[in-house]
Amino acid sequence: MELSRVEQAGAGARFVNIGERCNVTGSAKFKKLILAGDYDAAVTVALDQVENGAQILDVNVDEALLDSELAMTTFLKRIAAEPDIARVPVMVDSSKWSVIEAGLKCVSGKPIVNSISLKEGEGPFLELAAKCRAYGAAVVVMAFDEVGQADTAERKVGICERAYGLLTADGTDPADIIFDPNIFAVATGIDEHRRYALDFIEAAREIRGRCPGAHISGGLSNLSFSFRGNEPVRRAMHSIFLYHAIPAGMDMGIVNAGQLDVYDAIDPELREACEDVILDRRDDATERLVTLAERFKGTDAAAEKAAAEWRSLPVKERLSYALVKGIDAHIVADTEEARQSAERPIHVIEGPLMDGMNVVGDLFGAGKMFLPQVVKSARVMKRAVAHLIPFIEAEKEKTGATQGKGRVVMATVKGDVHDIGKNIVGVVLQCNGFEVIDLGVMVPWQDILQAANDNNADMIGLSGLITPSLDEMVTVAGEMQRLGLNTPLLIGGATTSKAHTALRIDPAYTGPVIHVLDASRAVGVASSLVSETQREPLIASTAEDYDKLRLSRARGGQNDLASLADARANAFPFNPSRRAPAPRMPGLHQFGEWPLRDLRASIDWTPFFRAWELAGNYPQILTDPVVGETATSLFEDANAMLDRIIAERWLVASGTVGLWRCRREGDDVLVLAGNDWTRLPFLRQQVKKREGRPNMCVADFISPKGEDWIGGFAVGIHGLEPHLARFARENDDYSDILLKALSDRLAESFAEVLHAEVRNRLWGYADEHFSNADLIRESYQGIRPAPGYPACPDHSLKPVLFDLLGGGPAGVSLTENFAMLPTSAVSGFYFGHRDSQYFGVARIGRDQLEDYAGRRGVEVDEAERWLRPNLD
Amino acid sequence: MSIARAFRAEAAKRILIKDGAYGTMIQDRRLQSADYCAGYDLLKDQRGNNDLLNLSQPVVVRSICERFATAEADVLATNTFNANAISQADYGAEHLVGDINRAAARITREVADRDGKQRWVAGALGPTNKTLSLSPDVNDPGFREVDFDQVKAVYREQIDALVDGGVDFVLVETIFDTLNAKAAIMATLDAEQALGRELPLMISMTLTDLSGRNLSGHTVEAFWASVRHARPVTIGLNCSFGAAQLRPHLAALAATADTLVMAYPNAGLPNELGEYDEAAEETAAQVREWIDSGLVNVVGGCCGTTPQHIAAIAGAARDCTPRGVPARPTGTLLAGLEPMLIAA
Repeated sequence: MELSRVEQAGAGARFVNIGERCNVTGSAKFKKLILAGDYDAAVTVALDQVENGAQILDVNVDEALLDSELAMTTFLKRIAAEPDIARVPVMVDSSKWSVIEAGLKCVSGKPIVNSISLKEGEGPFLELAAKCRAYGAAVVVMAFDEVGQADTAERKVGICERAYGLLTADGTDPADIIFDPNIFAVATGIDEHRRYALDFIEAAREIRGRCPGAHISGGLSNLSFSFRGNEPVRRAMHSIFLYHAIPAGMDMGIVNAGQLDVYDAIDPELREACEDVILDRRDDATERLVTLAERFKGTDAAAEKAAAEWRSLPVKERLSYALVKGIDAHIVADTEEARQSAERPIHVIEGPLMDGMNVVGDLFGAGKMFLPQVVKSARVMKRAVAHLIPFIEAEKEKTGATQGKGRVVMATVKGDVHDIGKNIVGVVLQCNGFEVIDLGVMVPWQDILQAANDNNADMIGLSGLITPSLDEMVTVAGEMQRLGLNTPLLIGGATTSKAHTALRIDPAYTGPVIHVLDASRAVGVASSLVSETQREPLIASTAEDYDKLRLSRARGGQNDLASLADARANAFPFNPSRRAPAPRMPGLHQFGEWPLRDLRASIDWTPFFRAWELAGNYPQILTDPVVGETATSLFEDANAMLDRIIAERWLVASGTVGLWRCRREGDDVLVLAGNDWTRLPFLRQQVKKREGRPNMCVADFISPKGEDWIGGFAVGIHGLEPHLARFARENDDYSDILLKALSDRLAESFAEVLHAEVRNRLWGYADEHFSNADLIRESYQGIRPAPGYPACPDHSLKPVLFDLLGGGPAGVSLTENFAMLPTSAVSGFYFGHRDSQYFGVARIGRDQLEDYAGRRGVEVDEAERWLRPNLD
Repeated sequence: MSIARAFRAEAAKRILIKDGAYGTMIQDRRLQSADYCAGYDLLKDQRGNNDLLNLSQPVVVRSICERFATAEADVLATNTFNANAISQADYGAEHLVGDINRAAARITREVADRDGKQRWVAGALGPTNKTLSLSPDVNDPGFREVDFDQVKAVYREQIDALVDGGVDFVLVETIFDTLNAKAAIMATLDAEQALGRELPLMISMTLTDLSGRNLSGHTVEAFWASVRHARPVTIGLNCSFGAAQLRPHLAALAATADTLVMAYPNAGLPNELGEYDEAAEETAAQVREWIDSGLVNVVGGCCGTTPQHIAAIAGAARDCTPRGVPARPTGTLLAGLEPMLIAA
């Protein structure tokens, strides 16, 4: 990957931004921080620059009040400890060699020395150059000689060429030479200064020709010194200077990367005036620029820069453009403009806005646009509509203001809290002209049916992620039957399936029931259901489909089950030599706030893209020919949000780990936490196996004889609520879904990081040096199965686990159906045995159900309800 | 012809073989404390001070060296991985650093020259157990246990003694901290100047995780950019993990480095008991794959490799075509933890 980064640069970078803010002579803020010894804050100045695109970091602490050597070394050591800063090369900048050399002794990569010169003559010059080579540094050579600093083009070229000859003869690699031919201030009112910029540009061209391999750099801030306090003019001057100097051969510059304007976007009048000064084209250039500059004082040219070409289109096209591109910067103003010219406000929605959304819908349907873009478009649409609603209300429209294609009531069912998928479906339906009434999460059937009735819904959509939600959906279907409804019922969510819908939900309700696989299918299904011609065929074909499925199940297409006794006799053999030793640190461990930066580094991104219905593995997905562009843009947005999540401490990651003594009793594990024994009954595979394949149960990973060890954990990501509320206020579904999806990833990452901590330190049976990819591939020893997932499918073990962990571990609580709150949470058991592995319990028999109910101490029908997915 | 030129000329003809690990071979002898300090009155227990054996058990060191020579190693490294004042301070033996290195260099030189076959002696410099780039105190990221000049002086002492004993090259190996390596390079350059003749370097980095960075955080390309000024005879990787895990990073280095590439992996990854159990043939087969892919010029072994491994590697490398050294890159190579190329 690193190689590709080098290759990607192809011939290499063409113009290199050198960050200028870590310089006490140029930045008052940095100077104040360094003088106060506030290195923590000084380090963030460096980080900001790198994040804003500085490719090299200039560091200068030349200040009379400072011990500059100490300040230089302290600061360099501090930034060396920040991988996000230390990834870029450093430019050690001082007018004193002792400060430079002290700095070089702290820099581990290949830095640049800024600067050496012929000021003291050839001897000292070559001596310092040799030292730079020995430290492995490139050098900036100032155009300065025994006579003084070069001002004319001729002097600049002469000094640089002389230095080049001396250095290359002495063993310096030409590629390690960077000339700084001095950028001086122009527009000073002094006649001798008029040609300074032009001289630099001309000299640059000449030097590049005469000194092959060497580079040209310069500090830009001097140039516009006369316009201190007038940022728009300074920025314009810098941009225009670079516009001419780069083609002439200037390929590095000490600049504020965030403060350059696009040449074409600079006000034409200002541009011409600046150009007159820089290229010395008129005698009155300075006067004219000084006069003009007054007008730009306080304005912000950046705003004009953003006003790109599309802003000049007619308003209808602007709205369409904004929707398709998902740009919300001007949507309110444009909507207002459209409203003023429309006969009625509703016409703006029915006209240009719906036209734009139709384009989005068509592109999405044709696979030319992807979910993240659609959600961004929807955000723009929502903001436009939100602006229009008050006008529509004011018009006292009685006949449905936003009479769309149809009305959908949607909810995540009682006991479940997961709503990323449901929100995505809601957004996609809205984009396609449906009115969506979203009831949120943990919604009891009474509220769902009430809302459907009140709103005269055309269909009801149910969503859920955890397995008990499947039963809850059956309940909703049963209640719809009882009320004699005929409203179509749509089923979706991670644990739902066509099989479960056909076998359990459909039979409970005579109205239409349709399983919807993902958001991209939702539009087709919903549109058919509101279409006079397509409705009946869809309902009939689905019903037929489900009938067939039921029939094939009834004919017994399923694998034979072994009796529980036979399955136990075929247990996974326990190998005592491969058991994990006793933990180094048994008992409970609390992690109040794990650094999010760590968790970010070990995120498994592939499921993140899957949540957005982008198929493919990270990182290949970023360059995928079909979805690559969308995936990259989504990835950038995700990283930008992660930057804020971390910098502004939006979220808190808490975790709890417990490591306990235990012993095994059949398929149960008895855990000794404190002074109490807790029974953990586990389920065993019962499907008949081929010769030599065991019927597994996680209890098989615990020693059948004597004492052994087991662990448990819970992690939770807290603090989303205020941000979600803010996004809701801003009609920003995109950020809402993004934050939830990222928070889920952080929780999963935390579970993985914490497991590594347990293996390597708390339990300490391993000594691993794995990369993130290995962690994602789970190439380590030991497992962490979660209650409710295939290896131990009973969600109702969660309260037992949480009690073992001291109650409310990691601040996580449970709903009545054992969904975890906050939603971004993971919990599970730790098994350290080297043979332990993941598997699915799959289907179990009545005999095990009854046995299990006995072991759990619950009624059989209660156990049946929890284990329903394993009984079908 | 200078030593470096002779070495390059031979490397252009065939794959050269470096020896294997002293540590593993010494471990097998199950030496006791008394064996370690025979003849030396030191306050601390010397068990595990393998470098002291150059003085106290020269026969042991010599016989290991001979077995590697017999296994067809062209490059014999000295048994001096920890023979520096920082590491020896842990044994209270820092005053013996000069003697240890001279003795080690002489033993290896004698074995190398025993029969007229051309062999090279590389004076091995380990990383020391102190790091110039990282703070050992998590609460004070600016703190360092040692400074550049100290580390440089420590290396200089070792280098001077190794040169005295007759080494051909200075081998800076198992580099986990790039800045420590830069101190070693500077010490070598200074020694070279004092000596008035060429003292070529071999430089070998070790990776601490599978993402391909060393402990100070450098990728292999950033590392190469950071040490390229040493103009080493070889650049490469050693230790880290087994050959299989090392391959992608070696390939990245081989593609960019405009000098010979030397790699000497461990015999696989250690098992639960910390022992290396990869068979000689297995290591050799992996190394052969590197050779066939044109990634290496010099190959050998690190932790866990025995004379059997080296013989198997030598067998696998026989009659193979060595990697061609790429042209020097155009453009300017700089580096933080990651490399940066500026177009020419």
